[in-house]
Amino acid sequence: MRKLLIWLPLLLCLAFVGLFASGLFKPDDRVIHSRLVGQLLPAFSLPAAASDRPALASTQLATGKPRLLNIFASWCVPCAAEAPQLEALQKAGAQIDAIAIRDARPDVDAFLKRNGNPYARIGLDARSAVQMALGSSGVPETFVIDGKGRIAYQHIGDIRADDVPMILEKLRAAQ
Amino acid sequence: MIAETGLAALWLAAALALLQLVLAFAGLKGGKTELLAAVRPAAVAQGVLTAIAFAALITLFLRSDMSVLLVVTNSHSMKPWLYKFAGTWGNHEGSMLLWVTVMGVAGAAVALFERALQRNAHMATLGGQAAISLGFYAFLLFSSNPFARIDPAPADGQGLNPLLQDPGLAFHPPTLYLGYVGLSVAFSFAIGALLTRQVDAAFARAMRPWVLAAWVLLTLGITAGSYWAYYELGWGGWWFWDPVENASLMPWLAATALLHSVTVLATRDALRAWTVMLAVVAFSMSMVGTFLVRSGILTSVHAFAVDPTRGSFILGLLALYIGGALALFGWRIGSVREGAPFELVSRETMLVVNNLLLTVILGLVLIGTLYPLMTEAFGHKVSVGAPYFDRIAGPIALALMVAMAAGPLTRWRKDQAQAVGKRLLVPLCIALLVSISLSLFAWGRIGILPFLGLVIAVAVGVGSLAPLWKRKLLRTPLFTYGMVVAHLGCAVSLAGMACDSAFTVEKLVAARPGDVIQTAGWSLRFRQIAPIAGDNWTALQAEMDARRGGSSVLIRPQSRFFASPPTTTSEAALLTRWDGQLYVVLGEEVEGGRWQLRIWWKPFVTLIWLGGVMIALGGALALVGRERRGWLMKWRAREARL
Repeated sequence: MRKLLIWLPLLLCLAFVGLFASGLFKPDDRVIHSRLVGQLLPAFSLPAAASDRPALASTQLATGKPRLLNIFASWCVPCAAEAPQLEALQKAGAQIDAIAIRDARPDVDAFLKRNGNPYARIGLDARSAVQMALGSSGVPETFVIDGKGRIAYQHIGDIRADDVPMILEKLRAAQ
Repeated sequence: MIAETGLAALWLAAALALLQLVLAFAGLKGGKTELLAAVRPAAVAQGVLTAIAFAALITLFLRSDMSVLLVVTNSHSMKPWLYKFAGTWGNHEGSMLLWVTVMGVAGAAVALFERALQRNAHMATLGGQAAISLGFYAFLLFSSNPFARIDPAPADGQGLNPLLQDPGLAFHPPTLYLGYVGLSVAFSFAIGALLTRQVDAAFARAMRPWVLAAWVLLTLGITAGSYWAYYELGWGGWWFWDPVENASLMPWLAATALLHSVTVLATRDALRAWTVMLAVVAFSMSMVGTFLVRSGILTSVHAFAVDPTRGSFILGLLALYIGGALALFGWRIGSVREGAPFELVSRETMLVVNNLLLTVILGLVLIGTLYPLMTEAFGHKVSVGAPYFDRIAGPIALALMVAMAAGPLTRWRKDQAQAVGKRLLVPLCIALLVSISLSLFAWGRIGILPFLGLVIAVAVGVGSLAPLWKRKLLRTPLFTYGMVVAHLGCAVSLAGMACDSAFTVEKLVAARPGDVIQTAGWSLRFRQIAPIAGDNWTALQAEMDARRGGSSVLIRPQSRFFASPPTTTSEAALLTRWDGQLYVVLGEEVEGGRWQLRIWWKPFVTLIWLGGVMIALGGALALVGRERRGWLMKWRAREARL
């Protein structure tokens, strides 16, 4: 009994080390998915973020045709990397609206001039309120919205070139 | 050049640590005095070199040297100098360098100032300290070099986490680290004592000042951290049971238990195995805390660098040192004869009770902190929140407080239960009076834990003053005052916590400029809201007149926006009065030009931190008292010899 007590701390320590190791080497799934997938978009109405694109409200995302809602910011580097893929999606017939996060109109204009402008409408979310309501945790993120204003799919991070066919497929499926 | 000097100093220090380890163990094994004679100078030189390396890193940060990778990723030339300075340790590499610096300097101090230990135990302790340091040197040099250059150098840096841009946080981590790493000295003492089989009263007396000093700093660090979280996060709470907070609480609980058991060992030569075990556990908890915070295996409101490779390195160190120490414990402790016996009713028993309760709390906090990890290993994701900890740790903490009131009123070795009861009569009567008046005043309005908390706080407050009763105050030793102040501090903190959870008034409103909000006897007139700019942030600032009775005071809650990296923080407006704090947070704008405001009136909440400072002060008094007594005795002995 006494012997066991003496060695018990070492056994406990080894058990903890095992536990820590299992925690350390488990596959990383820190990505936070929105709980709104499958549900209606929260209602919002945002002012225009760019000088040559109209403003964006949630009602404009429920017109019967599925579309993409891209969350971006002019200060976000991956968003610039994502621009060519958005361009390709638009060429393939996708309609893309956007929300610019914590941005200013001149910055957005400059960003679009530099990286191309695939967007139909761009809303300005100056304090991330709509972003948070959407359950989005960073930029860039892209939502597939079905014709009824329901979120069909959430893509976290930038859209890579090999993601494009998958996104188009999701759009078709949302019909 | 400065970066290279720092790196060179670090390599040299690591080499000296290796030398120190080899010298100590070769010298002890072969009984070679000439080898042992070189151990102390090696330890001192090692301490000096780590200090040089750390000073080099501070210089790089203050100069905003953008050719150093660490400065680029954690600083910005526009930052106020205080935060450039604090940026030195506000990141992974810098804080690890701070860690080895504190270890090196503490090792040098043990080499220079430790006189109470017998020579072999002293050398084994220094060897142990060198062995621990080596692992951390390897960690720094092979996986997180703070002096790495970047080429080409960018024009400017990327800033520091804005949550950390606060004077409180500039000095909170170093204080905590001094405490964490101070416990490494106790750990080394335990290793040295086990290796030389000298676990006795002399060992305890030698270890006690180091434990006390580490404990005082840890207490201050935790108190400061709690106040920082309270005013900076804008959530109005003072303890969130967050993994990072628990990471500092667990070593504190172990160190508190150690502090009391080391006193038993020093005074009565009892609890030998237990004291050694606690010394190992206390530093282990520092390492576990560091691991949890740095590896990112638990998520927390405090965002730190998340990096599994670094995590596995610390895990390796943890397994090696803690596992090694516990194996040594198992192997050697049987040969250490158990010390003096004591009766059931005695000061020793009370301290054993204290130790057990603290250990149980420690275990529960550890389980609660790791529970998400355990369930995840079996495929479920859960989180353990404050309710678990409050409900589980709360009642035991209250029991601990009761033991704390009774402990100092019990005699060493043997006492009569009746006599102890008699001495406890006054605190008991006062507790009874408080509970009666509190029931009349607030029955049904406050929960059972806050109720008990208030009653016990008052009783403990009275009980902790009792050791001074009928004593000649001027001739009472300083460490007795230390104990009284520290225990009184616990009562004061408990009273603050109980008042906060029992009587806080919270109000959430959406107001527009011109509105007047009434709550808890205060009247707040919302004057206006306007943007303002600071050094490296812009903010929306509300101006409000807060009035209670007489004249009004202008308060300004802010919502701050930092551009690099883009982050919003809220700066709560705090108005401190003798009987509590008014706490106002500015929230989001809602429709119609109205703003969300969260207003708290927190009666006597400041007592929580006042108590924390008193506990640390008590520890400091005890430390000075013990040390001064040692010096006096030595001085008298010398006088007598002359």
